[in-house]
Amino acid sequence: MRADLAVIGAGPAGLAATLAAAAQGVRVTLIDSAAEAGGQFYRRPAAALRARRPQALHHQWRTWERLRDGLGTHVESGPVRHLTDHHVWLVERRSTGFTVHALLGPEQRDPAEVRADAVLLATGGYEKVLPFPGWTLPGVIAAGGAQAMLKGGLAVSGRTAVVAGTGPLLLPVAAGLAAAGVEVAALVDSADPLAFVRRSRALVAEPGKVVEGAGYAGRLLRHRVRTLARHTVVEAHGTERLEAVTVAALDRDGRVRPGSGRRIPCDTLAVGHGMLPHTDLAETLGCRLDGLTVHVDDEQRTDVPGVWAAGETTGIGGSALSLAEGHIAGRSAAARLHGTEPDPRAWAAAAKARTRLRAFFAALDTVYAPPAHWTELVTDDTVVCRCEEVTGGTIRAAVAELGARDARTVKLLTRAGMGWCQGRVCGPAVAGLAGCAFTPSRRPFARPVPLGVLARAGEADGD
Amino acid sequence: MRNPLDLAGARPGPAFTVTLDGREIEALPGQTVAAALWAAGVTSWRTTRGEGRPRGIFCGIGVCFDCLVTVNDRPNQRACLVPLHSGDAIRTQEGTGHES
Amino acid sequence: MRLTGDVVVVGAGMVGAACALYVARSGLDVIVVDRGPVAGGTTGAGEGNLLVSDKEPGPELDLALLSVRLWAELAEEFGESVEYEAKGGLVVASNPDGLTGLQRLADGQRTAGVVARPVTGDALYDLEPHLAPGLAGAMHYPQDSQVMPALAAAHLLRASGARLLTGRTVTAVARTPEGAVRGVRTDRGDIHAPSVVNATGTWGGELATLAGTHLPVLPRRGFVLVTEPLPRLIRHKVYAADYVADVASDSAALQTSPVVEGTSAGPVLIGASRERVGFDRSFSLPVVRELAAGATRLFPALADVRALRSYVGFRPYLPDHLPAIGPDPRVPGLLHACGHEGAGIGLATGTGHLIAQALTGKTPELSLTPFSPDRFPEPEEVA
Repeated sequence: MRADLAVIGAGPAGLAATLAAAAQGVRVTLIDSAAEAGGQFYRRPAAALRARRPQALHHQWRTWERLRDGLGTHVESGPVRHLTDHHVWLVERRSTGFTVHALLGPEQRDPAEVRADAVLLATGGYEKVLPFPGWTLPGVIAAGGAQAMLKGGLAVSGRTAVVAGTGPLLLPVAAGLAAAGVEVAALVDSADPLAFVRRSRALVAEPGKVVEGAGYAGRLLRHRVRTLARHTVVEAHGTERLEAVTVAALDRDGRVRPGSGRRIPCDTLAVGHGMLPHTDLAETLGCRLDGLTVHVDDEQRTDVPGVWAAGETTGIGGSALSLAEGHIAGRSAAARLHGTEPDPRAWAAAAKARTRLRAFFAALDTVYAPPAHWTELVTDDTVVCRCEEVTGGTIRAAVAELGARDARTVKLLTRAGMGWCQGRVCGPAVAGLAGCAFTPSRRPFARPVPLGVLARAGEADGD
Repeated sequence: MRNPLDLAGARPGPAFTVTLDGREIEALPGQTVAAALWAAGVTSWRTTRGEGRPRGIFCGIGVCFDCLVTVNDRPNQRACLVPLHSGDAIRTQEGTGHES
Repeated sequence: MRLTGDVVVVGAGMVGAACALYVARSGLDVIVVDRGPVAGGTTGAGEGNLLVSDKEPGPELDLALLSVRLWAELAEEFGESVEYEAKGGLVVASNPDGLTGLQRLADGQRTAGVVARPVTGDALYDLEPHLAPGLAGAMHYPQDSQVMPALAAAHLLRASGARLLTGRTVTAVARTPEGAVRGVRTDRGDIHAPSVVNATGTWGGELATLAGTHLPVLPRRGFVLVTEPLPRLIRHKVYAADYVADVASDSAALQTSPVVEGTSAGPVLIGASRERVGFDRSFSLPVVRELAAGATRLFPALADVRALRSYVGFRPYLPDHLPAIGPDPRVPGLLHACGHEGAGIGLATGTGHLIAQALTGKTPELSLTPFSPDRFPEPEEVA
């Protein structure tokens, strides 16, 4: 079956886009890797866990219910097809329309192909984690990973956690772990979020965000979680698994204050330094990127005809921004698929929210930053590329002795970024150690694809 | 003490048995390999091909490939994504996962 | 700061690095300049083949034999740092006709000094246990070997002691009123030297133009597929007999023939496609699909193995498939060392050696006549 519009990703942006387009009579195929819609933000316990209070780990549950019910209605009445467990590895541009290539199920062995006249990329983002000694020990997990395991699997990895790094994600992660019975020994942020509250005009325009933040802060107080602003984890300790972390205070320049280190015993460290967009599908389609994000116009169109993008892939900005962008993208795609010029007045409210939220997250970005001198914490024997086990010392040698000045050359000379994850995890760290700007690397396949599948991909039709 | 299952009011069906390197482990319907292993107190199930270091969950959402594991003789499955079924045989994975 | 040397090598890829090494070791003061980083062009997109097996008898094979010998010498010096591996090549024929063709090619190659051993029946599967069943036979070339090209370029450059100026674009070739070369202008200052070596690979035509002359180098695009890391499943460089024909073809249209090899780092590399489509970097599913299909035909066990990425590169193609090596009689002081098509890593050592001999007035070990840069008609003559 050929769809008018293939929406890739069933998180907030993809859901909003699907509902907006379907409401205009567009036949949408919504394609997502998870077993259920929702993406990372609305991730819920697996159905078979039969959770009666899934909302206990969530906020904005009512928004989710509205999206869920809307999707259900459209799927039932016909215009929307929802393909779950479809891991998209490539979107191929054809002489007419597009073919979305996916792998089925968690095993990702068998292929599926979806034809569509237009494509809407709502591929979301993933967490950035910068390296430090001991970060490869079992028990050290990405903050978002801890949250995903908790929200989706109702699972925690231990009894005592430290939540660390920087960014607005740390608060809900710490609050969630505490609510789930984990002792959160400390919330460690290299930024000082209070400085943001004092300083930001953008926050004044976002009263909802203040309430949300205050809500988490209140929960942390209730669980007696100690917050250490302008601190950082300098090392994770343990041999076979995490046993403790050392945290230290940062000075005004973002350097560790000598003598300020203290050891906190813990079996879990949930750590994150912000979010990165998934742009592989867009990049391979030939869409222009602005820095790390997909470039879109006011209608959320990329510069490739027939390709829209919305949500974190066009810039990290949270669920509310994703909803606004998804709505606009869906409306624009619907109009253009019907051969009409869209009327921006149809999405005026969403456009207003988009402007406001982009400003808010731009302001947030100026506050939540890793320690300015984080590379100094990366010792020569710290593994930086987790897949290929390339150390900081090897990367520094490639720069100092072999003349590498950019991340691609470092990769060629050290294998950093050549492994299973293709540099998605170590990319920012390698760029930082090489002293160059972090730019997205080319990844023609958004996911590993079996050669047997690749050998037959797209050969079914010949246009 | 609270736990996440209570918090969310989970009432899963009866637990079933899987094995990790031949040792029996209880798992709940809906749990991924990683969730069941965490619940059993196991945090690593792979050793790296260079240094032989232990690894387990890292990103938790299928991006980092740190949690690779062999399930029912198929290597390099992501423990954070693959749901368990009764009788599944999980094996600690060494090296590339293709060494026999 | 005034930059002066005996020789400016333009291009910090594999060929530029080998030129720098051999020229510096012959006693000259070398400056290497590149607009990008080390190995930023075709070198960084290659598989690192050092092959004699895919070459018909003639000047290129002679250069390959010289180069393979020099690579073996360098391997003693650079050891594991360049991931040199004398793994040998295995050219397989799926049918008796193909095998007859292979034998004919090998007979000619042997007279030039190539070691080629016919392999049939079970012996083939002893060499490569995972090959598809039912193949007619193969030819084994023990001299074929491999390096990791980016590492090789970086380490040879470092060992050369040459001054390395990356991120600096040559904007002009400076010449005396009489027309002789006296250095290069760059976007960050002039570099003075009486000799300039054009080691700019696929971009060799552009530098020739800057020097007021002509070299018809064109890009011939190739994709490489890279798999997940594996234990040593594939021991040799294995390719199908029709690869040799593809290499020698003049067609602009797409050609693919499977070339499959394991690497010491773990992944299997899969080539090779050839098409003349300019410098178009965009991903092509039809091409990559053919590579995957060819590889899984040769090695059915690869069907379940996952590809992690593909990359694209541009071979420097000259119309007669031979590189341009040596002094350009049209521009005194200008030497060319480019246009090696898909064989630049392998042929780099011989090229560097010949360039060093030319710069120091020695009789070159091989005749440079077949590689003469002025052997092509001038553009106006073509028109």
